[in-house]
Amino acid sequence: MELLANLGLGFGVALSAQNLAYCFAGVALGTLIGVLPGISPLVAIGMLFPLTFTLPPVASLIMLAGIYYGAQYGGAITSILLNTPGETASAVTCLDGYPMARQGRAGPALAIAALASFFAGCVCTLVIALAGPPLAELALRFGPAEYFSLMLMALVASAVLTHGDLVKGLAMVVLGLLAGLVGTDVNSGVARYAFDVLELADGIGFTVIAVGLFAVAEIVRNLERDEPRVALAGRITHLMPTRRDLRDSIWPTLRGTAIGAFFGLLPGTGPALPTFATYLVEKKIARDPARFGSGAIEGVAAPEAANNAAAQTAFIPTLTLGIPGSAVMTLMVGAMVMQGIAPGPQVMTARPDLFWGIVASMWIGNLLLVVLNLPLVGIWVGLLRVPYRWLFPAIVMFCCIGNYSVSNNPVDVYLCAGVGVLGYVLAKLGCEPAPLVLGYVLGPLMEEYLRRALLLARGDPSVFFTRPISLAFLVAAAAILAVMIIPAVRGRRGGAG
Amino acid sequence: MRRESGRRGVAANQDVLAGVLFLLIGLGAVAGARDFEMGTAMRMGPAYFPTVLGWVLYGFGAFLLLRGIARGGDAAVSWGWRPLALVTLAIVLFGFSVTRFGLVPALVVMVLVCAAAGRGYRLRETVVLAAVLSAFAVGVFVYALQLPFRLVAGL
Repeated sequence: MELLANLGLGFGVALSAQNLAYCFAGVALGTLIGVLPGISPLVAIGMLFPLTFTLPPVASLIMLAGIYYGAQYGGAITSILLNTPGETASAVTCLDGYPMARQGRAGPALAIAALASFFAGCVCTLVIALAGPPLAELALRFGPAEYFSLMLMALVASAVLTHGDLVKGLAMVVLGLLAGLVGTDVNSGVARYAFDVLELADGIGFTVIAVGLFAVAEIVRNLERDEPRVALAGRITHLMPTRRDLRDSIWPTLRGTAIGAFFGLLPGTGPALPTFATYLVEKKIARDPARFGSGAIEGVAAPEAANNAAAQTAFIPTLTLGIPGSAVMTLMVGAMVMQGIAPGPQVMTARPDLFWGIVASMWIGNLLLVVLNLPLVGIWVGLLRVPYRWLFPAIVMFCCIGNYSVSNNPVDVYLCAGVGVLGYVLAKLGCEPAPLVLGYVLGPLMEEYLRRALLLARGDPSVFFTRPISLAFLVAAAAILAVMIIPAVRGRRGGAG
Repeated sequence: MRRESGRRGVAANQDVLAGVLFLLIGLGAVAGARDFEMGTAMRMGPAYFPTVLGWVLYGFGAFLLLRGIARGGDAAVSWGWRPLALVTLAIVLFGFSVTRFGLVPALVVMVLVCAAAGRGYRLRETVVLAAVLSAFAVGVFVYALQLPFRLVAGL
């Protein structure tokens, strides 16, 4: 019954005219930006971030969440119609979505993608409402040692799970941690790594890092490629899936939701892994695996459900522990910090309107996506034809204004340009930016918890191994590393022998 | 997994370059932390955590460097110096001119430089784009969101 009361409170907050309007604006803007070629959800959130500064906290987070799943759905549209995924998570949707579009079934593919996402969204809203409170209660009993180990696990997971080199991922985490330490140390008042620059004494701003790495560096990477030829796969003649499409999609949607929800819960994973996992599962258990890759509706329904489910449940560690699960969630945590809310288990008790309002707005946002997008799909298709040479100056404009308006200081704009250059160079060297951002957000927190844990233990580092919950996190981190390293070492030995 | 660059010199090797970069940043972090108090494990000073991180980053960098030399990692190909320089310049020019000349001139300069980073510069199209984006920014950021921008300095 408490659940109903909480959800009632949430819907009361989310259904206020103002918040509903921001949810709608977020979903619409997110889809609009997500559909534009070459813009991933991360870039969309990064560049629309400044639009939410002036809003009250609840409204700004509702709008950002709306932008997020709007952009994700926009990514599904480009995957199905153009075969160009905006991000790795929707790459799987291309495999069967694009063949469907070429067979003249773009409409049903889009409808099934939207419906599967909506179903996953409904289930996972409930999962958040059910799992959130007990998890927050558990987290309230965490001491500094537990928090430190949990963060270490999240960082290791993020380094392992970004596709790319493990050592480079770990190095990016450490670089991010160091970037987070720039600025005045709260305990001693010393300005670290500030080089006598007044602005650096306040630390490197979150927007500087997020926009520089995810928008500026990304634009340059897009510009050095040839502009993608827009090859629309057929016209959308009808939207409604057939009865058989729906029947074929039910079980894949359920399985995708379950797999996505599970992976989303783990901090540091992000939505790319569950979409790949669920596609492989569907292919493995299908009666006729040969249909996959040539327009099987299950290959659209399952990954889209998993994608949205993981996106939703990723809010659980973010909202209850303050540990963001993916790069997008670090942006949400950054937004909370900028709004003066310390993310963590106390949010639920101190600001129930915020927590439950966001949970309820997720469901409303998912509903809006279905209601809004299916009829409007013609407009989104038109946007696919906007050439990139008009788009990227507009994105750069958002980046400039966004960074400048944080504190009306051009230094933030210069720093963003510098971070963009660094991000581009690192990306060219095979270093993914996501672990760096996670490290950046967690850096100061990790130092604080390490400091407190060692102070309480009188400088004895064994405290991390003797407290059971802390030990469990460390064992999990070691297990994640082992899963990655052992096959690689074996493989090399096998290859040499 | 292409490893064809093994004998093409270390200068184009992703692992070597990334290794050197991380190694130098790690050493820089350690050196930069020497000005502050180290403290003990029990009472950590402001230099403690950054120093540890700096050495860890140095270690990862050294590992990548050695691995790159030993195995010859993937080659870092096709640097897009032109778009990188122009986009960066456009952003810096925006920061430079926004406080001095106001929002509209800053945006016009930014768009004109930025558009040159793309393929096939079309002057007339770019001027129209600059005008449209400036009007959009003024409408959304100055009038709707009430951000404190001066449109044109002196006006």
